[in-house]
Amino acid sequence: MKVRLITATAALALLLGMSAAAEAASTLRYCSEGSPEGFGPQLYDSGTTLDVVRPVFNRLVEIKFGTTDPMPSLAEKWEVSDDGLTYTFHLRKGVKFQTIKGFKPTREMNADDVVFSFNRMLDKSNPYHDVNGGSYAYFEGMGMPDKMKSVEKVDDMTVKITLAAPEAPFISEVAMEWASILSKEYADKLAKENKKEQIDQIPVGTGPFTFVSYEKDAVIRYKANKDYWRGKQKIDNLVFAITKDPAVRKAKLVAGECDIMPYPAAADIDALKANPKLTVEESPGLNIAYLTMNATMKPFDNKTVRQAINMAINKDAIIKAEYLGGASAAKNPLPPTIWGYNDAVQPYPYDPDKAKQMLEGAGVKDLSVDLWYQPVSRPYNLDGKKMGELMQADLAKVGIKANLVTYDWAEYLKRLHNGEAPMAQIGWTGDIGDPDNFLYLHGCGGTGKAPGQNNEKWCNNDYDALLKQGLETSDQAKRVEIYAKAEQLIHDEAAIVPIVHSVVFMPMSKKVQGYVMDPLGFHNFEGVSLK
Amino acid sequence: MIRFVVHRVLLIIPTFLGAALLTFTLIHLIPGDPIQMMLGEKVIDPVRKAAMLAQYGLDRPLYVQFFDYLWQVAQGDLGKSIVTKNPVWDDFFTLFPATLELAVCAMVFAIVVAIPAGVLAAEKRGSVYDHALMGAALTGYSMPIFWWGLLLILLFSIHLGWTPVSGRIDLDYYFDEGTNFMLWDSLMSDQEGAFVSALSHLILPSIVLGTIPLAVIARMTRSAMLEVLGEDYVRTARAKGLSGFRVVGIHALRNAMIPVVTVIGLQVGTLMGGAILTENIFSWPGVGSWLVNSIYQRDYPSVQGGVLLIAGLVILVNLSVDLLYGVLNPRIRGRR
Repeated sequence: MKVRLITATAALALLLGMSAAAEAASTLRYCSEGSPEGFGPQLYDSGTTLDVVRPVFNRLVEIKFGTTDPMPSLAEKWEVSDDGLTYTFHLRKGVKFQTIKGFKPTREMNADDVVFSFNRMLDKSNPYHDVNGGSYAYFEGMGMPDKMKSVEKVDDMTVKITLAAPEAPFISEVAMEWASILSKEYADKLAKENKKEQIDQIPVGTGPFTFVSYEKDAVIRYKANKDYWRGKQKIDNLVFAITKDPAVRKAKLVAGECDIMPYPAAADIDALKANPKLTVEESPGLNIAYLTMNATMKPFDNKTVRQAINMAINKDAIIKAEYLGGASAAKNPLPPTIWGYNDAVQPYPYDPDKAKQMLEGAGVKDLSVDLWYQPVSRPYNLDGKKMGELMQADLAKVGIKANLVTYDWAEYLKRLHNGEAPMAQIGWTGDIGDPDNFLYLHGCGGTGKAPGQNNEKWCNNDYDALLKQGLETSDQAKRVEIYAKAEQLIHDEAAIVPIVHSVVFMPMSKKVQGYVMDPLGFHNFEGVSLK
Repeated sequence: MIRFVVHRVLLIIPTFLGAALLTFTLIHLIPGDPIQMMLGEKVIDPVRKAAMLAQYGLDRPLYVQFFDYLWQVAQGDLGKSIVTKNPVWDDFFTLFPATLELAVCAMVFAIVVAIPAGVLAAEKRGSVYDHALMGAALTGYSMPIFWWGLLLILLFSIHLGWTPVSGRIDLDYYFDEGTNFMLWDSLMSDQEGAFVSALSHLILPSIVLGTIPLAVIARMTRSAMLEVLGEDYVRTARAKGLSGFRVVGIHALRNAMIPVVTVIGLQVGTLMGGAILTENIFSWPGVGSWLVNSIYQRDYPSVQGGVLLIAGLVILVNLSVDLLYGVLNPRIRGRR
């Protein structure tokens, strides 16, 4: 009885599958890795949530697909005043907001929408400021409440943003999801109906896909926005099928229930590459895994000791054992995919004998030190314990006894930021394609005292001066020079041991065309089609 | 009987309080807090972090937070999720039908297979059939749910292509206004093939979730039946010439059901626990995986509310079992 039911089901499914393929509407099915926290681009900063709002919204400026370079979007052009404090954005005409059940826009996007979107976060007296918590993760995390003085409407198609101090990465920063442009008309309508919280639950934007529905923890549905100003998308429906386990995601892709998936398990990559129906795109991740050596604890206050340890760690062995080849050895504190990467820096060679000599010369004898390893899998460090064991062996070879220690992840971070770790594994995934976003982690703001995010507690006034210069000018060529110097400095001082940049893999069906890997790690479905 | 019921119902209050206290203590003992979890490697200035914690009332002494929470719950308010900002009650009941549907199907599967199997094993005691069945039950009980689920997916979904991999229904089907009971929604809709799709998606998860209860119920049925079949009245019934079916199926089984019903009630707790793993593997959007995620994110209101609601469910089911026990066994009813 059961077998007959299964066979009947299979037969019916096959029939349905065939008839569905014969129909016109094309649907791209993305097996996503987790549930979003909500649908408000301003409230959240997790990659999973930002992926789900990305199809619905646009920003004034956006990053050209596949690069880290900004390009005009809702703003056709902009001017920056000479003192770097005033940005004037000229908005694009003819951009329409989406129509959803219960809301049809009566006008095109204009300055009122831009001003509303920014002021909701900036102005505490804005009626929408406290809706859904009043906490704007990225906006506040980047210090925008202090950096942005005001956002004003000049005329219907022009907006002026005034900053408190020059901020060179500002154009890249307003390309981020938190700066998405919401519809003031929609906000006003919701306020009238006393349903303000809906603004972050049922999103309305100007983007390529219109939100249709969310079945909690299961499926998110979008359909192509037929009025999209960059042109209606080739796919009619976009579906996110939330599948948390990577083994199950792979199973769905292989069985044809999904067309594209993120974050495969490292062990599955080869099998996926070998599958004739699939392609696996790859791109270097915007991340870095590194080992800290606490400069406030002896003997790590000695530069020679830090350099020696740089020569003692065998990165190739780690890449092979932990990442199964899916990573590249790092020599700088930022990945090669970002502009401003200084390729001229000569990496420390793997030379345990020389390292041992240098340590002895520095008077390091019978050193026993705690080496903290990460307890959770991170995109830049898949298996902290394994990396820890390999590092322990490497250090033993040069006469250092490393004791492996770990804590619960939240505790680990708290203590690490507090400066309690002698040596610790940590890493960083970039938010924006700006070198400062990686380099600021190693600065002390000129105070000589390392802040929380400076995990190795290393301070250098020259480095801080370079970082400050880098932020003061918007001239990219000049900034490249400044950051090249900073990277050489941090390398010579051996402030950290850069380990690897992990590779990001994206398996998909061969039917998927036009998918571009994003160096910032986001998943972009604009411009994708199905064969 | 009334005293019995009242007594049982009154016992719910201390049970609930105990569950609330235990959950509250345990979740707060885990290091970390929801703000920290949201930040990850990023750092914010401690003043701002303190302000954010205060926003959620997390800066108050624990006992204050606990009593405040109890007072809130007594008024029917389970608080708002720190992550989604929705009321916990809403989040839970949006997802609950999915878990309920799965749990019911798993239990139906377990009962439908286990009871006849247990009865037959008891009747043919000592035979090859008996040994094979009990061996299979032991295996089922010992298998890790996660492994068993992945194995079935590999075999039936990928290799044979007979069942879908995960989810509740084919992605092409969508019901605008639904009860979130997929079998009902798909049956009521006019979309062709929806019901079959929903049913086919239930097969593997029900088997996986129902395996452990199946094993336990089968063994319980067998031993209960063995005891009953050895009783005098059964021998009398046979001597009177009643057919095998009447003896076993009606007289013996009815009495053997008493301990079996108790075990079924207890298995509801196991089902809720097993649901967490099963939901994870089959991407089943239910309260099990929601609860686990809430723990990772230190979403205190969701964890506390979720556990209380599930504890409430288990208590309710066991209360019903106790009452049913009174129905099945008249000797219990009249007693203190």
